[in-house]
Amino acid sequence: MARPNVGVLALQGDVAEHIAALARVDAEGIPVKTVAHLERVDALVIPGGESTTVMKLIERFGLADTIRRRVAAGMALWGTCMGLIVAAHDVAGVDQATLDLLDVTVRRNAFGRQNESAEVDLAIPALGAAPFPAIFIRAPWIERVGPGVQALAKRDGHVVMVRQGRVLGTSFHPELSADGRVHRYFLSMLHGDQRIGKASTAA
Amino acid sequence: MEQTGTLTVKRGLAQMLKGGVIMDVVTPEQAVVAQEAGAVAVMALERIPADIRADGGVARMSNLELVRSIMDAVTIPVMAKCRIGHFAEAQALAQLGVDFIDESEVLTPADDAYQVDKHAFTTPFVCGARNLGEALRRIAEGAAMIRSKGEAGSGNIVEAVRHIRAINDAIRSLTTAPRQEWVSRARDLGAPLELVAEVAELGRLPVVMFCAGGVSTPADAALMMQLGAEGIFVGSGIFKSNNPRAFAKAIVDVTTHFNDPQMIVQASLSLGREGQAMAGLDVRKLPESELMAQRGN
Repeated sequence: MARPNVGVLALQGDVAEHIAALARVDAEGIPVKTVAHLERVDALVIPGGESTTVMKLIERFGLADTIRRRVAAGMALWGTCMGLIVAAHDVAGVDQATLDLLDVTVRRNAFGRQNESAEVDLAIPALGAAPFPAIFIRAPWIERVGPGVQALAKRDGHVVMVRQGRVLGTSFHPELSADGRVHRYFLSMLHGDQRIGKASTAA
Repeated sequence: MEQTGTLTVKRGLAQMLKGGVIMDVVTPEQAVVAQEAGAVAVMALERIPADIRADGGVARMSNLELVRSIMDAVTIPVMAKCRIGHFAEAQALAQLGVDFIDESEVLTPADDAYQVDKHAFTTPFVCGARNLGEALRRIAEGAAMIRSKGEAGSGNIVEAVRHIRAINDAIRSLTTAPRQEWVSRARDLGAPLELVAEVAELGRLPVVMFCAGGVSTPADAALMMQLGAEGIFVGSGIFKSNNPRAFAKAIVDVTTHFNDPQMIVQASLSLGREGQAMAGLDVRKLPESELMAQRGN
């Protein structure tokens, strides 16, 4: 199979880190700033960064409709931290616009401000028995998980990783870890079953 | 295992700010304007550098009630400044819970020999640098982010350009230096060999580098980003302009699309016929005692 072209939304945030992490798992990371860039990629990562900033820039530069249309047509999308917030249905406690690609409610900075940012050994059963070295930075948690959404990991009882069809969300930053398992998991979703995590498979 | 305050999470927050604009604000209302415009963080201050410069006297850590009110007003990270070497001011800011501490030459230095031991803190620090040696000394002390110093409050980009060029030229030179030269290079830079070796191999600093000190127009931001800054601090440039909202948004837009001249045009046009940047100073005409960039080394 050819190396997939994975777009990394490059409006603001740790874009280079995702591109480097994608290269380590043999995928081509491509910075995406415009609608034209968006049309050319096989999948999209929304990296870490500031969600208020990036959502404004997504709207200012007219990218929201194209992202929604391509995801509806089956493009895989993964949001890390800020990207999870941007992809969520809504944000608890504040009136903040989102792309509404994942049926979850997130709470921003839920684990605390920067002094509470932490490296955590996180159990992610879908990735195997070994814990994942997860890096949480002013991280959100997922407060409500919709019926079609699969929770993949929890920290202190709070959901921090979810999947709905071909959309993945993590509260933490696998692009800052040397462990490539979450990036490989995302690549497996590009051609995987869109129904995973959806209500139909729960039956 | 669960560990806070590691180098990874301290440097990590700076990585999340990349490609963004960090704005100086002196009130909660200004902080909201900055957040609305798309700032990735705000620097909570009592006075912006242009006013510190005009007022003279000793500039200290800001009023903590003010810093706290700004932390309450916005959801983006809040930074605050301590004086160079004033670790007790830094302890207070860390305890208050700010997200980043700027050990800054904009304030009057408290120690003319030593800077804060930043490894001792869970809260990350950003520090200014004029050249690679200075940047690596700050990183050795524990800085999780570097900003080229420029000349704060001057509205003049020339020093920012000089400093970022100096840092990047020195990095380029290191990447082509044979290993044999590294020890002498470290001696000349006044920096630890391990960091010199790391920079030689990475071809960049091991932490994120923003630009500061003199950015006052969208074109200034594009210039600094194209020269290799990973993001922009704007101090006086926004709230000393005649239309802070428009300037803030225009500088954010250009920082994202820094390689696109059409965006510089659009952002500049968005300021309108009346749009006027802050007044600037000729840095060469400032007496040495008023140059902030020379503080700390």
